[in-house]
Amino acid sequence: MEIQKVAELLNAKIVCGSNFLNSTIEHVFASDLMSDVLTLDTHNLLLVTGLCNLQTIRTAEMADISNILFVRGKKVTPEMKKIAEENQMVLLECPYSMFKAIGMLYVKGMQPVY
Amino acid sequence: MIFKYEIEGGNFTKAGNASSNVKKTLKQLNVNPSIIKRIVVALYEAEVNVVAHAYKGEITADITPERICICIEDDGPGIPDIDLAMQEGYSTASQKVREMGFGAGMGLPNIKKNVDQLNISSQVGKGTIVELTTFF
Repeated sequence: MEIQKVAELLNAKIVCGSNFLNSTIEHVFASDLMSDVLTLDTHNLLLVTGLCNLQTIRTAEMADISNILFVRGKKVTPEMKKIAEENQMVLLECPYSMFKAIGMLYVKGMQPVY
Repeated sequence: MIFKYEIEGGNFTKAGNASSNVKKTLKQLNVNPSIIKRIVVALYEAEVNVVAHAYKGEITADITPERICICIEDDGPGIPDIDLAMQEGYSTASQKVREMGFGAGMGLPNIKKNVDQLNISSQVGKGTIVELTTFF
């Protein structure tokens, strides 16, 4: 699914990365634990998280994850946005709960990492 | 080439800066992206460990055409039992560290998984030295 479609489906605000909205997502991983995110080795991944701080962005940078969906109405800070832009990431803010967001993505055929 | 970076204990706003710089350097050197990822994930875990547990630290990255050796040396409480610390799930992290998304006892095992060679030495009350080597 294109990241643009993810944003539309989940009523999500595009915070940055609007030049990359046609990139395709195949897998979704939902976690608030960055230690778990750092164990992944999956390409074309969307990270869904309610953990909204600078370390979320740094974790994604190290793990080569370019797309992050923040759930539960979490707001990206200017510093997070700056580092995400430097790394050509797409950041989305979604008002839905983690359960609702990943449920909607699952129904649309998005694949789990494991 | 040798690069050095300072780490501030407790300062999570800067955690990852050194790993980010090492990643940029390795990309400029055209190192295989999957090897870069393994190196920087291990380094980032180690950097977060210093921020989470130590007072201050220093990273020295020594890069040759064949390999990268990274030494992460900190002034901190040290690790009383390294074998125990290497066990997945064992953690002494504070609530603050857990709120940042870490502290689940997976850092050292994940470092080991991502590097070719790992050496850890520690003195309680003085600090810890973590040495990572990965061949390109």
